[in-house]
Amino acid sequence: MSRRYDSRTTIFSPEGRLYQVEYAMEAIGHAGTCLGILASDGIVLAAEKRNTNKLLDEISFSEKIYKLHDDMACSVAGITSDANVLTNQLRLFAQRHLLQYGEPIPCEQLVATLCDIKQAYTQFGGKRPFGVSILYVGWDKHHGFQLYQSDPSGNYGGWKATCIGNNSSAAVSMLKQEYKEGETNLKQALDLSIKVLSKTLDTNKLTADKVEIATLTRENNVTCIRILPTSEMEALVKKFEEEEAKAEAEKKKDKPSS
Amino acid sequence: MECLLGIKGRDFVLMASDCVVSAHGIVAMKKDHDKMFKMTDSLVMSVIGHGGDDVQFAEYIAKNIQLYRMRNGYNLSTKEAATFTRRNLADYLRSNTPYSVHLLIGGFDREEGASLYYMDYLATSTKVPFAVHGYGAYFTLSTMDRYYHDDMTQKEALHLLQRCIDEINTRFVINMPTYKIRIVDKDGIHDLDDMKPTGSGGSQGPESMLG
Repeated sequence: MSRRYDSRTTIFSPEGRLYQVEYAMEAIGHAGTCLGILASDGIVLAAEKRNTNKLLDEISFSEKIYKLHDDMACSVAGITSDANVLTNQLRLFAQRHLLQYGEPIPCEQLVATLCDIKQAYTQFGGKRPFGVSILYVGWDKHHGFQLYQSDPSGNYGGWKATCIGNNSSAAVSMLKQEYKEGETNLKQALDLSIKVLSKTLDTNKLTADKVEIATLTRENNVTCIRILPTSEMEALVKKFEEEEAKAEAEKKKDKPSS
Repeated sequence: MECLLGIKGRDFVLMASDCVVSAHGIVAMKKDHDKMFKMTDSLVMSVIGHGGDDVQFAEYIAKNIQLYRMRNGYNLSTKEAATFTRRNLADYLRSNTPYSVHLLIGGFDREEGASLYYMDYLATSTKVPFAVHGYGAYFTLSTMDRYYHDDMTQKEALHLLQRCIDEINTRFVINMPTYKIRIVDKDGIHDLDDMKPTGSGGSQGPESMLG
């Protein structure tokens, strides 16, 4: 192909493509899945844990979910060390805004500010782009609950439900079919996220220790960002397995007639 | 020599400023100058200061607030604008080029309702029910203390303002013939007719005038 045009980020190929950016997105396609679903009363952020080695020490808050400020959190898919640099920047922007204006930074502003940084790495400086896609969940007084996704090119979009990482396209098409706008509450969103993740996971079976789920809700005018404890995770997985078994049984019953 | 007043009512802020521009300490250049600046459709800043700092700072803040609006599609709330203004004052204070200004910020937004902020050149900032800057403060704050109460109507606030202006006219040596007044409420910024001191002294109050 046009190999001459892909080693530097700052060059267009003759077809008008930026290969380095595309290769970065390719790297993310192999990373652990993350998905986000907007509900009427909150947002669900679910992520596949890849570091399930028993020898690993306990993580303080979470492995893949980062708290950005009191009203926003994010999850990443891609190169973890790149992600750490970006989440640090996000936290810095958020605090700077709080210092300047005395109020939390609105969600879209934070996303857009970071995306401007990401875009710079695709245009000048001679450095490679960040190999990270990020899913942001947050609440602000202007637009309520919001879900955003950004990628290495510096583009971002607001979503009702989306997925990044391994098997993300399969997940997105599943979400397209199953997600019901305006009719999904947090509980349904949690069930849906388990259902979608079970299809996208590499391994055969979905267990509570392979997945991390966080919810963002508002209680008494305060935002609550909560990682689900293992007990709740296990309950959700169990519920999902029971429903699957029921659906299988229904199918078997219908079979003789067809 | 200059005077700024602000009174927060039930769901509005009443802002008043004198209109004199002086030169060399003794010459009255102009007696109909407007010292208030519109920041957004529901935010007003009145400012006094030396050597052009007042206009320079007010325009700088106003343009930045407008830029925020252009970039994001929504306005800063009163609290955010006040924090931003104070942060700028504080940063410049410890530089080689501090701004020597006193200001009042009055605004209305959906969450907080009406709010009035008092700020000075040392980057003091506080939310207050009423405030006065300048020598006029020495003559009027006690009047405000005596007659201000929460949830004042526009009529009551204008009445109180008239008392204050009359007191300044009675006892302050500098002549300040008119005051520009504006009200900020949920419907935006409203310019009212200039207020002038009545013949009677402030302590008696213009009872008959406003009924």
